[in-house]
Amino acid sequence: MDLSILWYLVPSVIMFACGVFGFITRKNMIAMLISLELILNSADLNFVIFNRFLFPGSMDGMIFTLFAIAIAAAETAIAIAIIINIYRAVGNTDISGVNKLKF
Amino acid sequence: MGSTLPILILAIPLFMFLLLGLGGVKMPRKVCGVLGILGMGTTMTLAYIVALSYFFCPEFTVDGVRQQVMVFDQTWLSFTDTLVVNLGFLLDPICAMMLMVITTISFMVHLYSWGYMEHEDGFQRYYAFLSLFSFSMLGLVVATNIFQMYIFWELVGVSSYLLIGFFYKLPSAVSASKKAFIVTRFADLGFLIGILILSFYTDTFNFVEMTSNPGQVLAECGGATFMGASVLTWAMVLIFTGGMGKSAMMPLHIWLPDAMEGPTPVSALIHAATMVVAGVYLVARMFPVYCIAEGSMTFITVVGAITAFYAAVVACAQIDIKRVLAFSTISQIAFMMVSLGVATDSPYIKGEFYGGLGYMASMFHLFTHAMFKALLFLGAGALIHAVHSNDYTKMGGLRKYMPITHWTFLIGCLAIAGIWPFSGFFSKDEMLAAMFESHWFWGAWMTMVAGLTAFYMFRLYYLIFWWEENPEYKHHTPHDSPWQMSLPLIILAAVSCVAGFIPFGEFVTWNRMPYHIHIELPVAATSLTVAVLAIALATVMYRKKNPLPERMRNLFPALWTAAHRRFYWDEIYQFITHKIIFGIICKSIAWFDRHVIDATMDGFAKITNCASSAIKGFQSGNVQAYVAWYFIGAVLLAGITWLCFI
Amino acid sequence: MDAVSNIILYFVVAIVIAVFSVMAVASRKILRAATYLLFVLIGTAIFYFQLGYQFLGGVQIAVYAGGIMVLFVFAIALTHRPDEKSRPLESHRLRVGLVCSVIGTVLLLFALFTLPLINGLSLTECLSQSHAITMHEIGKAFTGTEKYQYLLPFEAISVLLLACIIGGVTIARKR
Repeated sequence: MDLSILWYLVPSVIMFACGVFGFITRKNMIAMLISLELILNSADLNFVIFNRFLFPGSMDGMIFTLFAIAIAAAETAIAIAIIINIYRAVGNTDISGVNKLKF
Repeated sequence: MGSTLPILILAIPLFMFLLLGLGGVKMPRKVCGVLGILGMGTTMTLAYIVALSYFFCPEFTVDGVRQQVMVFDQTWLSFTDTLVVNLGFLLDPICAMMLMVITTISFMVHLYSWGYMEHEDGFQRYYAFLSLFSFSMLGLVVATNIFQMYIFWELVGVSSYLLIGFFYKLPSAVSASKKAFIVTRFADLGFLIGILILSFYTDTFNFVEMTSNPGQVLAECGGATFMGASVLTWAMVLIFTGGMGKSAMMPLHIWLPDAMEGPTPVSALIHAATMVVAGVYLVARMFPVYCIAEGSMTFITVVGAITAFYAAVVACAQIDIKRVLAFSTISQIAFMMVSLGVATDSPYIKGEFYGGLGYMASMFHLFTHAMFKALLFLGAGALIHAVHSNDYTKMGGLRKYMPITHWTFLIGCLAIAGIWPFSGFFSKDEMLAAMFESHWFWGAWMTMVAGLTAFYMFRLYYLIFWWEENPEYKHHTPHDSPWQMSLPLIILAAVSCVAGFIPFGEFVTWNRMPYHIHIELPVAATSLTVAVLAIALATVMYRKKNPLPERMRNLFPALWTAAHRRFYWDEIYQFITHKIIFGIICKSIAWFDRHVIDATMDGFAKITNCASSAIKGFQSGNVQAYVAWYFIGAVLLAGITWLCFI
Repeated sequence: MDAVSNIILYFVVAIVIAVFSVMAVASRKILRAATYLLFVLIGTAIFYFQLGYQFLGGVQIAVYAGGIMVLFVFAIALTHRPDEKSRPLESHRLRVGLVCSVIGTVLLLFALFTLPLINGLSLTECLSQSHAITMHEIGKAFTGTEKYQYLLPFEAISVLLLACIIGGVTIARKR
């Protein structure tokens, strides 16, 4: 039995689908952020998998994932700062309370 | 001669315009007036020096032919290799003559205005505009190329507009200035098209290049024809259209009578002596080319002859003295046009007759007419100044109260009527001689016009100075004007007395070779007889108050009304512009604009509006909905891509 | 042929990832959701190790499982009572979410199994085709300017992180 590329991609797809589901359904903003991390993580994993199986000689996918992790960290920090700010203003972290930005 | 003096002739009026226009408000009136007069006096002196040295220094004459001197000719705009516009100073006989005429009249008017405009608001502005006009007019006559002429042509149009509308608080003055500007602009459109056609074929704007070898111009135009006439003829007729506008030829004459809304000295300067003869000057400038463009000369002659007669008839039935003089101006300019039109470029003297006689006579009449018509206008200004009305019914019997004005005005009338030995006699005699030599019909027709001229001028003279005294004189006695106004009258009257004895043909002819003027006795006798008869008739009718004019008027009431209303030209224009152009053409265009173009644009806006209100619900502010939509969109795109490429 | 231990490890990690992903988005207690996410992240790190990227796995644990999770925990502690439970999901949201994720999953799996990008190499073969990546190589890749070297993005990321620190402080500070 070989551990081919598909074996690794399937958990990635499951992670991604869970992330999408959570992002759309959860009302808590932190929970949405957790879902977002799932999506991001699955994308990172994909980079690495493709790097390993399709281009074993290079390491660009890994480098890209390193950058993505750094950006994810930055994005999470900012997002949490915003969520805390909203919490101070609104009193909870419910996304349905934050819908003023519209027509 | 260096180029310093000629440049100064142009630079001083321009400088005075800038000085008085920018700094005039800060100056007292006296300073402003004196500055303007001094500036113009200097310019006049310089112009005389330049012109007289041109006429009398032998260096400008080679083998008996006066040379056309390019004092300077500077490239101004260079578009392509062939399309180059120059600015320069071309000195030749007609230019030198015009320099003298313009500066003399302008100086007289500057001096006169000091008295006439003394109590008006905007005195400084007035002097600034006068300087601007003098500059533009001088630039026009010295133009080396037709494009420079066009530039200054528009500049004189602008200064004319500004000066007609000088009393800008009067609605009539404002509309008159607009009328003058718009009518002449329309004519100038033709002028511009003519210039473009001509220069397209000849690759040059330069007068000297075009006129020194007109045969080559014709050759360059080739056999190109348009609607039965050669392209050259079309170009020259279109150029003449510009002249028709400026010189108030029919049917573009309607602006000139209204232009009398301007101050009277302005009428004397611009609308009698200088600007309105620009059309004549233009034709004279291009004369050799006109001669070779078959048909254009006939066109000029016919237009001139009709205009001359029309204006003379209308002048007989006007009440406003300035309007009489305006129509007289139109008639006299038309006289010059006819004289130019009958001239030919035949280089030889055929027996007694010289083909270019009409050209010489036309220029001669331009010269003398400028003097006596300015005199008449300035005299009219003095009358208006004294009586405070333009209307001769408010005048009458003024000869006792205003002797200087009376005598100078009489001299002006005699000159324009063509009585020996006043200047008008000599120039008119030469013109009539040229016309009779061309065709007896033109001679007879224009002799009749000359008779009418004598009649309406003396009708005006008697109605102002004889007839019956206005009883209001007892409350407000009219008197002669201050010296600033009388001096120009006297000077111009003196010039009108002696100018006829100038051997004009020695100086100005079309081929710049001297020509010896001699009086054509039969022609002179005829015209003199006609003039004397006309004056006698005017004397009988208008010397003392009598019912004769009333009876004459009642004999042909329709004719009188028609002439008084200037044969309804204004009404015709009104009808064409308002009923046909505004009412039919513009209305339908406006309908199209409103209901098709605007409606299309409104439709776009409406569609956008509807679409936005229909889809704005998508922007709910709910981030998760956005994500769901985005995700669905991404999936769809992926599906479509996959379907298309796999 | 891969080693049996590798395959067993794979299955364990894959099941952990799948199960805890679902639980992370399904749990109604937010702190538990964060904990489940932590397991998913660690599982991913183990995958990285298994695929031969030791450095990346270390970074994954240090930054994600360490740094970001700490941030999450602090944020949750700041904004939630300890025993707070979120409300059950609304049914229409649930439907939308399910439809989206199911469609996405189906499409992706379909693509995976039909697209020709799969070469069928096994992990052992791939690992044998490449050498182990050393820290020296990674350092060179981050600090060089030639082909396959990434100094400029590296510097850009450092500026981004600085901006992020400043921005985070500015946004979250008390006014």
